Amino acid sequence: MMGTLLDVENLWVKFPSRNGVFDAVRGVSFTLGRERLGIVGESGSGKSMTGRAILRLIRPPGIVEAAQISLDGVDLMKLSEKDMRAVRGQKISMVMQDPKFSLNPVMTIGDQIIEAYRLHNSATKAQAYKKSLEMLEAVSIRDPERVMRAYPHEMSGGMGQRIMIAMMLIPNPEILIADEPTSALDVSVQRQVLDIMDKLVKERGMGLIFISHDLNLVADFCDRVLIMYAGRIVEVCEADKLHEAQHPYTRGLLNSLPRLDMPRDRLAVLQRDPEWSVAPSVSARL
Amino acid sequence: MVGRPKCERPVVNMLEIDNLNVWFGKHRDRVDAVKGASFTVGQGESFGLVGESGSGKSTILRAITGLAPLWSGGMIVDGQPLDHRRKRAFFKTVQMVFQDPYASLHPRHSVDQVLGETLHLHGFSDIDARVVKLLDDVGLGQKFRFRYPHQLSGGQRQRVAIARALAPEPHLLLLDEPTSALDVSVQAEILNLLVDLRASRGLTYLMVSHDLSVVGHMCDRLAVMKDGEIVEVLAVDALRAMKASHPYSKHLLEASL
Repeated sequence: MMGTLLDVENLWVKFPSRNGVFDAVRGVSFTLGRERLGIVGESGSGKSMTGRAILRLIRPPGIVEAAQISLDGVDLMKLSEKDMRAVRGQKISMVMQDPKFSLNPVMTIGDQIIEAYRLHNSATKAQAYKKSLEMLEAVSIRDPERVMRAYPHEMSGGMGQRIMIAMMLIPNPEILIADEPTSALDVSVQRQVLDIMDKLVKERGMGLIFISHDLNLVADFCDRVLIMYAGRIVEVCEADKLHEAQHPYTRGLLNSLPRLDMPRDRLAVLQRDPEWSVAPSVSARL
Repeated sequence: MVGRPKCERPVVNMLEIDNLNVWFGKHRDRVDAVKGASFTVGQGESFGLVGESGSGKSTILRAITGLAPLWSGGMIVDGQPLDHRRKRAFFKTVQMVFQDPYASLHPRHSVDQVLGETLHLHGFSDIDARVVKLLDDVGLGQKFRFRYPHQLSGGQRQRVAIARALAPEPHLLLLDEPTSALDVSVQAEILNLLVDLRASRGLTYLMVSHDLSVVGHMCDRLAVMKDGEIVEVLAVDALRAMKASHPYSKHLLEASL
């Protein structure tokens, strides 16, 4: 791993409610280099909130607090909303779970990509069109001319997700945050989308934050994994050693998965220890 | 070698599907969702349907319950051939559990109403005792009886949906991706519950899933579907031993490991 792209220290996300303040993320610290960093956890563990908080996408009344979220030495917490807009998309991009809700249903794919490109670059329409075709080819879309003319509902889930990735890559960001990018996809399509992201990380030297609930997928695909529970990081490990994880929560999750190679009559059920949500967050800063 | 399982099977068939075609729309807009599907599920057996989205696996379940009206071919449930109208007795034999526990429960009906109404519709008189029994059977207990769906977690909702399906005391349960919307730890609880219920009540399962390891855990045999057709029927032991013969099943097996 070469150099640190992003340094997050003591990140909290709070939501005031009628019953007092709810802490969605509690004191999370990690660094991201030119690597594939996985964040896994169950629903409600704060993994998506962590991703959104980095881009300062938590809307009031939600509160984001952090000692620092620094990108190339610039603390994102101190930037104005105007400067933050230049970071979003340009330096840090985000791919959401479901392409159905992320693409504009009444605009052709081509118009959407061209718009995204011209927003970030001063280019003529013809140049933008050419560049958009290249982007679609970069994410292995066959027949990109036809796709440029098509509307989102004419695309399959896998194609939609690849189009989203193509759009995110136009400004050549340093960091890509992918929030469950393959959960809505079939297994064989999932593989293709992962291969594309993998290639981009290697070729462009991007940092990737890969948020997922799928332990096996993350163990297979990422370099380093953070395991989150109740807003905290409970364990950090190398992805290929995830199956040797020590924390009882991680062990419990792994044991509750049915496996083809190891048939069992009953699946192990996770016994939750209240201690896990009280213990301080493990730091994943290098 | 399609449809010739090698494992031991019960002699009596709970479900027989013979050359089933299901389609939507007509003329130019006609989409053939299921093409010539044939398989049988023995009494007390657990049978899986796997395949990618759009392969027609859920459509087969919907055709059995009568939710897909355009079909041809033969469907026999518990010895009774089905026509295009379902009788009340049919729903005493067959019940379905849906994928999304957030969408399949009425948001303004309490658990008590949901179960009570189902029991009333099926003509039971001892409703009060049965509601209590059903809640105990699915591991929820009395304290959940007067809660509304928004006061329940995803796993608890799915338990209520299972209790509702069990209310008319069916013999065949159709399970449409019952755990795909749940976290893995909750999935384990629900799968264990389904295994226990099948053993204690002698149920027959027809389960749809895209997750081969879930089907491998739950089922005795499975059918692999692609583009509306069943490409292969195989025993779970063969699946575990990676002995799929059709190239598509092999591909699916490799992709999910």
